[in-house]
Amino acid sequence: MPEEREYRTEAIVIRKTKLGEADSIITFFTPHRGRIQGFAKSLRKPKSKLAGHLELLTYSQVSFARGRNIDTITGAQTIDAFLPLRNNLWLSSCGLYVAELVYHFTPEGQENFTLFRLTLDTLRRLCRGEDTEVSLRFFELHLAEGAGYRPELDTCVNCRSALAETTNFFSPQAGGMLCPSCRQMQPTGFPVSPAAQGIMRHLQRAEYPAIPATGIDPESLHEVEKISGAYLKYLLEKDVRSAAWLEMLKKSLG
Amino acid sequence: MSKQEPLSPATDAIGRLVQEFSRLPGIGPKSAQRITFYLLRAPEERARALAEAITSLKQRVNLCSVCCNVTENDPCAICRDSRRDSTMICIVEQPQDVIAIEHTGAYRGLYHVLHGAISPSEGVGADSIRVKDLLNRLKNTTVREVILATNTNTEGEQTAMYLAQLITPLGIRVTRLARGLPFGTELEYADDVTLTRALEGRQEF
Repeated sequence: MPEEREYRTEAIVIRKTKLGEADSIITFFTPHRGRIQGFAKSLRKPKSKLAGHLELLTYSQVSFARGRNIDTITGAQTIDAFLPLRNNLWLSSCGLYVAELVYHFTPEGQENFTLFRLTLDTLRRLCRGEDTEVSLRFFELHLAEGAGYRPELDTCVNCRSALAETTNFFSPQAGGMLCPSCRQMQPTGFPVSPAAQGIMRHLQRAEYPAIPATGIDPESLHEVEKISGAYLKYLLEKDVRSAAWLEMLKKSLG
Repeated sequence: MSKQEPLSPATDAIGRLVQEFSRLPGIGPKSAQRITFYLLRAPEERARALAEAITSLKQRVNLCSVCCNVTENDPCAICRDSRRDSTMICIVEQPQDVIAIEHTGAYRGLYHVLHGAISPSEGVGADSIRVKDLLNRLKNTTVREVILATNTNTEGEQTAMYLAQLITPLGIRVTRLARGLPFGTELEYADDVTLTRALEGRQEF
């Protein structure tokens, strides 16, 4: 990309860090520049013109001026504030979880338009009040894929044979499913019920899935949650902090 | 953008003090040097007073066992003041927020200081801030209203929504500070969330 002195991009705010008395460093996820950072002067003062347009989980048009170490944010205008997320504890927590995962799975300054689309679509799905569990599982599987870690769900990653309609095993280390006989040689991975395997394959299909009229069995969906959570944790080599908060909320909201 | 530490730790008195000052927020190496040389030239009592003030800050200031605000006497002056309305508690994130609200003179109730806000991606959950103290305080009290005065950023809003969920079942009225346009600003720069809330919360003129 040519080094222009000023530039403008659409961006989703995925992280904010305080700096000094009233300044902030903001991390964005953008369609064509990937994850970028900007310096926002006096953002934390009540009369900051930009603050509302640069709040976490806001989709804005942002202007930057190039700086030596970090680019300075010179303007911002909200495109979508995802209002429904602001008034609902569970939905905003889901949004923060999405933002945290995007932050960790994207390298700085590398375009990944597919992942940007996925992030924007997921936040909009949360706003529309679609099933959050389905939306998040879809997001997780496609995030891993977009980052280059598409889990293999149709054949055994070891012997390459098609998986039988039985309890197979998901191994985060191997990046996919192991058939029962290969599992015996590699004692890693979680047992996955045929129903949960079905959900995972259904979610992995490129388009956002239409949920069958019968709905998705919540227990199998919970199984998928555990597997996909373990996979992401393995890939990141650390815990996803907001996942613990979602878990806690789920218990307290019942 | 972290501050540069000197390569070898300063051993002499001047170097040591410069190093200590430059660790303070908003003070760079040059300012640290200026303060150090000012103290070197200042009368000894002034330097001693500063040292004594810093020591007593750490020795004497604790948290109020009722509202968790910083105080030298437990309970703090606000909690002890019988003229204040003990049926109202205003919940804030930081002790500085108490000072800001007290400065208005518009509030005569009590406070509760959380010492932070819930920030899931930073690993700050409800257990990391003073939520338990608040809930214990709300049991068997005459409190009729709780005012959520956390910041209006995402963390503050999350904290407010979470607390509302915990406190409402106790039969206590839960209110949130009005969110809308700040005094002395221009409408055209307002963001969507602020404007939406300002419209929702509009009042009879």
